[in-house]
Amino acid sequence: MGQINLPQDNALMRAELPREGEFRNPSGCAISGMISTSGKRFSGEDIIRSISVMHDRSNGLGGGFAAYGIYPEYKDFYALHIFFDDSAAKHECEAFLERHFDIINLSKIPTRKSPAITDEPLIWRYFVTPLPTKLASSQLDEREFVARCVFRVNTRIKGCYVFSSGKNMGVFKAVGFPEDVGRFYRLEEYEGYAFTAHGRYPTNTPGWWGGAHPFALLDYSVVHNGEISSYDANRRSIEMHGYKCTLQTDTEVIAYIIDYLNRRKGLSMKEICSVIAAPFWQTIAQMPPEERAEAEYLRNAFSSYLITGPFSIIVGFEGGLMALNDRLKLRSMVVAERDDMVYISSEEAAIRVISPELDRLWYPEGGQGVIITVNGGDEKCR
Amino acid sequence: MPINFLCPEYEVVRDYDRCIACRVCERQCANNVHSLIKESGKMFADSSKCVVCHRCVSLCPTRALKIVKSDHSFRQNANWSAKAITEIYKQADSGGVLLSSMGNPEAYPNYFDRLLINASQVTNPSIDPLREPMETSVFLGKKPTELVRDENGRLQNNLAPQLHLNVPVMFSAMSYGSISYNAHESLARAAEALGIYYNTGEGGLHEDFYKYGRNTIVQVASGRFGVHKAFLESGAAIEIKMGQGAKPGIGGHLPGAKIVGDVSRTRMIPEGGDAISPAPHHDIYSIEDLRQLVYSLKEATEYKKPVIVKIAAVHNVSAIASGIARSGADIIAIDGFRGGTGAAPTRIRDNVGIPIELALASVDKRLRDEGIRDEVSLVCAGSIRSSADVVKAVALGADAVYIGTAALLALGCHLCRNCQSGKCNWGIATQDSQLTKRLNPDIGCKRLINLVSAWDHEIKEMMGGMGINSIEALRGNRLMLRGIGMTEKELEILGVRHAGE
Repeated sequence: MGQINLPQDNALMRAELPREGEFRNPSGCAISGMISTSGKRFSGEDIIRSISVMHDRSNGLGGGFAAYGIYPEYKDFYALHIFFDDSAAKHECEAFLERHFDIINLSKIPTRKSPAITDEPLIWRYFVTPLPTKLASSQLDEREFVARCVFRVNTRIKGCYVFSSGKNMGVFKAVGFPEDVGRFYRLEEYEGYAFTAHGRYPTNTPGWWGGAHPFALLDYSVVHNGEISSYDANRRSIEMHGYKCTLQTDTEVIAYIIDYLNRRKGLSMKEICSVIAAPFWQTIAQMPPEERAEAEYLRNAFSSYLITGPFSIIVGFEGGLMALNDRLKLRSMVVAERDDMVYISSEEAAIRVISPELDRLWYPEGGQGVIITVNGGDEKCR
Repeated sequence: MPINFLCPEYEVVRDYDRCIACRVCERQCANNVHSLIKESGKMFADSSKCVVCHRCVSLCPTRALKIVKSDHSFRQNANWSAKAITEIYKQADSGGVLLSSMGNPEAYPNYFDRLLINASQVTNPSIDPLREPMETSVFLGKKPTELVRDENGRLQNNLAPQLHLNVPVMFSAMSYGSISYNAHESLARAAEALGIYYNTGEGGLHEDFYKYGRNTIVQVASGRFGVHKAFLESGAAIEIKMGQGAKPGIGGHLPGAKIVGDVSRTRMIPEGGDAISPAPHHDIYSIEDLRQLVYSLKEATEYKKPVIVKIAAVHNVSAIASGIARSGADIIAIDGFRGGTGAAPTRIRDNVGIPIELALASVDKRLRDEGIRDEVSLVCAGSIRSSADVVKAVALGADAVYIGTAALLALGCHLCRNCQSGKCNWGIATQDSQLTKRLNPDIGCKRLINLVSAWDHEIKEMMGGMGINSIEALRGNRLMLRGIGMTEKELEILGVRHAGE
């Protein structure tokens, strides 16, 4: 297929390469997402099939999925998915978790051996809830407490990486082609009301699994296709608010911006769209007065979070998905509906393979966010 | 005392085959360099009086004149330069402080020239500003920390007063008095046409220019010259001048010769007396005093205008800026050691302060480290020479820049650096009516508009190359810069990587 054949299993070579996080790794990509607006749960099989159609949009150096509604039996607990380099790191991390959380359940995340996926770290899952005393003494709200603990593990404990930390959702990612990653994690055995997927085409070998997409914090997950030109402006601004961009990826900074604007500032997803893909001033000038005042305010007040350069993203959150293109629509993205299902993808083919017949299909304009929620639920300002 | 005679550094060279003895040069030169020798009918030039302003060269109808650096020299000495020697002669002669004008001309490192700008290739597309919208307008002022919604959940506008600029460039403070009425009129009209701002400097605002108030920043400095309620209310913003890059730590001095007529009235001081601005504000001996002045000015103008605090770039500039950001200021202007002046002691201009690039990088980083970067906007000044400097300044962290010298160059200044003499042959830094009329405000205004518009085009081209279509995405975007020929420490302070990294 003309893919770049990088010597991934050459330990010597790998030792010389930096790990993602130590350098910027521009990537091209494929993204796909699907959601049942009635909240009906369905298997992860479809999302694997959908993303596999776009095999050529990734180069085997990263793939991953976010799945919502998959842990109904543990829905009140934060599901931490963690990569460990070795068991020493695992012990240190578990000691930290025990000091801060009540661990309800822990297990290895089930995987299926595959020649296509190699060099896996230890991959564990913990269902936790903050220790009431710790939470009270921190004077933080519960979600902020969890987010800070995630940052603490990811920046302070060597060899550990929490890559999923939401409730009733989970991220599954690896270095490899996305369809292989899906099979590796046995994604078809999970049932959820929404899934997103990502196939990555990085220009450099990532060196480890952390840089694969989706990138997630709490229940927010982002899959992203593009390379944003505003990266360092966004990164330096969001880091003012306690976030640490350890991976140097666009996706990471986008996820933090969305968490900051939605969870901490209380902007709705619609308002977030008009911050990160703000309408051009000339467009704002033509809006009716009330709308104009709001658009002007958001652009001015949150100017540091305008994202420029090409991107198409699918943001997952509790109860919904949001799809957005950059202002010039420099990346492909298509949305379609069939019955209670809504599909979003880089390519129409990846939708038709699941649902050949569609009620409606459209290409959202640049900066026009598409927000889909389960049962018409309000994508709330929390 | 023959030691008094110093061979001039520059010589006026006349091509006698071309000279028609029309005496234009003689009439144009306020320094009386040129004269007609009656006996021979030939023009004579006394190079010792020449300030190298090129007025005669530019107006000579037969192109007979040029000014060249003299090859006369002292015995070569790597330690005692000709400059050092002649300055000693001058001071031994006069017993006075040496005066200079315009920015520091010494060969200190220039960091803008050691920064290179990025462009897109393959992984993301560059954007063509001729085909796609490319936005260079910015708002200056505090950003809200809390959002307020009405009962219907609609966001309320709780923004502090802002300045809106169509281009991230403003004309920096130059007082009426230090520069002429026509120069001020040119700046005011250009600012209005461009949708930007000019700055009154510490000299009050001439009553004719109140009509440009929407594009005017009024300055309050240590002498409080020309400050009254109507003045404060006339502008779009108020700037408290704490320091100036060309002369950090000292005040200002406008010689009595320039305090004539309208200048005297506008400054509210008697004609002919020197206007001395004290080194400190005598009501600001500490940061808590600054806060009081900031809020006094806000009270006086009913919290309708942003307050700018302008400081010189000195060694602990980042700590000072951090203090200012917590003192109610909406905008901080930082003026680097290459910034211009109408008059400053030479030793101070050439030895005090630090480069704006380092100061800006360090202030932007400190404010972010402290989480208060959104409390203020940053404006940088002190030798912004081109659109590339603007792009680099914004990428280092500035919201906008001030230009002074570049604006004067657009008006005809040739950087002869003799503003303090009051004999500006280009009609800019003078109050001599014979000279001021040489600057036509219609033409001056047009040239300023041309300059800023040209820079705006170039900024857009560079932004498009980087794949950035709005200037706010460039602000503080230091990954778009790489350093060349710098030490690790310099790179660390600028927060950029070396080219090739």
